[in-house]
Amino acid sequence: MNSKPAMSYFTVLTFIIKRELTLAYRHKDDVLNPILFFIIVVTLFPLGIGPATNTLATIAPGVIWVAALLATLLSLDRIFKSDFNDGSLEQMLLSPHPTYIIVLGKVAAHWLITGLPLIFIAPVLAVSLHLDDNAYNAMMLTLLLGTPVLSFIGAIGAALTVRLKNGGVILSLLVLPLFIPVLIFATSTINTAAMNLPYQGQLAIIAALLVGAVTLAPFAISSALKVSTN
Amino acid sequence: MWKWLHPYANPETSYHLVGKLIPWFAVVSGALLTIGLFWGLLFAPPDYQQGDSFRIFYLHVPAASLSMGIYLGMAIAAFCGLVWQLRLAGAAVAAMAPVGAVFTAIALISGAAWGKPMWGTWWIWDARLTSELILLFLYLGVMALNSAFDDKIAAGKSAGILALVGVINLPIIKYSVEWWNTLHQGATVSKLGKPSMTLDMFYPFVFCFLGFAFLSAVIICIRFQSQILQHNVTRPWVKKLVTVEENKHAV
Repeated sequence: MNSKPAMSYFTVLTFIIKRELTLAYRHKDDVLNPILFFIIVVTLFPLGIGPATNTLATIAPGVIWVAALLATLLSLDRIFKSDFNDGSLEQMLLSPHPTYIIVLGKVAAHWLITGLPLIFIAPVLAVSLHLDDNAYNAMMLTLLLGTPVLSFIGAIGAALTVRLKNGGVILSLLVLPLFIPVLIFATSTINTAAMNLPYQGQLAIIAALLVGAVTLAPFAISSALKVSTN
Repeated sequence: MWKWLHPYANPETSYHLVGKLIPWFAVVSGALLTIGLFWGLLFAPPDYQQGDSFRIFYLHVPAASLSMGIYLGMAIAAFCGLVWQLRLAGAAVAAMAPVGAVFTAIALISGAAWGKPMWGTWWIWDARLTSELILLFLYLGVMALNSAFDDKIAAGKSAGILALVGVINLPIIKYSVEWWNTLHQGATVSKLGKPSMTLDMFYPFVFCFLGFAFLSAVIICIRFQSQILQHNVTRPWVKKLVTVEENKHAV
């Protein structure tokens, strides 16, 4: 018999997000490493391609977005792995609250921890790559709308591979092809903006991807987790 | 209404049903491909613009359509497996993925060979080519995930979820030539009722397409059988089957 009144969905959601943020705060390395990785990958391109301003400005949107994809990929392992190893994931799945809400909270927290910092650092890196002045708004908007999509799609892969001992390589094989649409539309948005053309169309498609990911991905993630935990 | 389907959830029944189907599919596929390929490659009229080089069409288009068709079939099997908890669905997904991957690779390679003389380039980052390449990656991902698990049932389910997530790519490939006006030509054969090519060219295509479809069915059936055997190695009926085979060879 329930002595306490059942928690509302919103309470569960905030509870999960708070828990994840606390955990992240106590393992700062896990949070910092993907961001450092993001910065280093972006730094490699001017060194590899040469410092010509025009070339860098042309490749800047692609470089920033590819680096963001890879940084997200690197951080995916921590969404479910430690919870799976210590058994708390199973407890969450056994709890009376819908898995959808729990998964939504975990993915939202993952975005807050890894996606959001990327957005704050991206403009600095864009300056170093001489991104066109018109393109900054577009870049920020694509990152704001696009990185949550990456977290959601990535979480599907993370949930599928959580049981595997060295799932990292397989995770990238599963997830990167699914990231491609976001990459295509995001870079095309930024390039269009750099040419001073209206870019709302591509942005709307990324927004649609986000809405689709928020509504559908948690179902895929929960069923993947159920398979993984048996 | 669906009661007649129930016996086929039993691996043994399915194994024998598929075994009976294989020779029929093989004969039909052999006949259709012989007619279709000879007709298409030797007797169909050359294209007014592309000359004889258009004939790779009889390999390229069936392979490309089947690459998507097999993916759809795989996704349907995965969906049934997840919704109705059919264990054989995992075997079906595992059986279809490599076949689909090979057809995707054939479509990409034959497309490159066709693109070189016609477009002057092996590869271009055109919407349809890119999305077909993503389809290949999705197939490879399903195969990798499937072989990563020791537990066959979990492997089938996980691969199934991934296959379902990837279904989003199918409409993108199908309509890419209409949404983005790029180098790849629009549909010529799938326009319902009115293909935009002469019937002399179209009929051999129908033979080739069905021939390749039955060929893929044969390969998938054989792979499905071997998957069932792998899933059920410890079952008595499999052991019996093996001893019967061994006795046959011993004599």
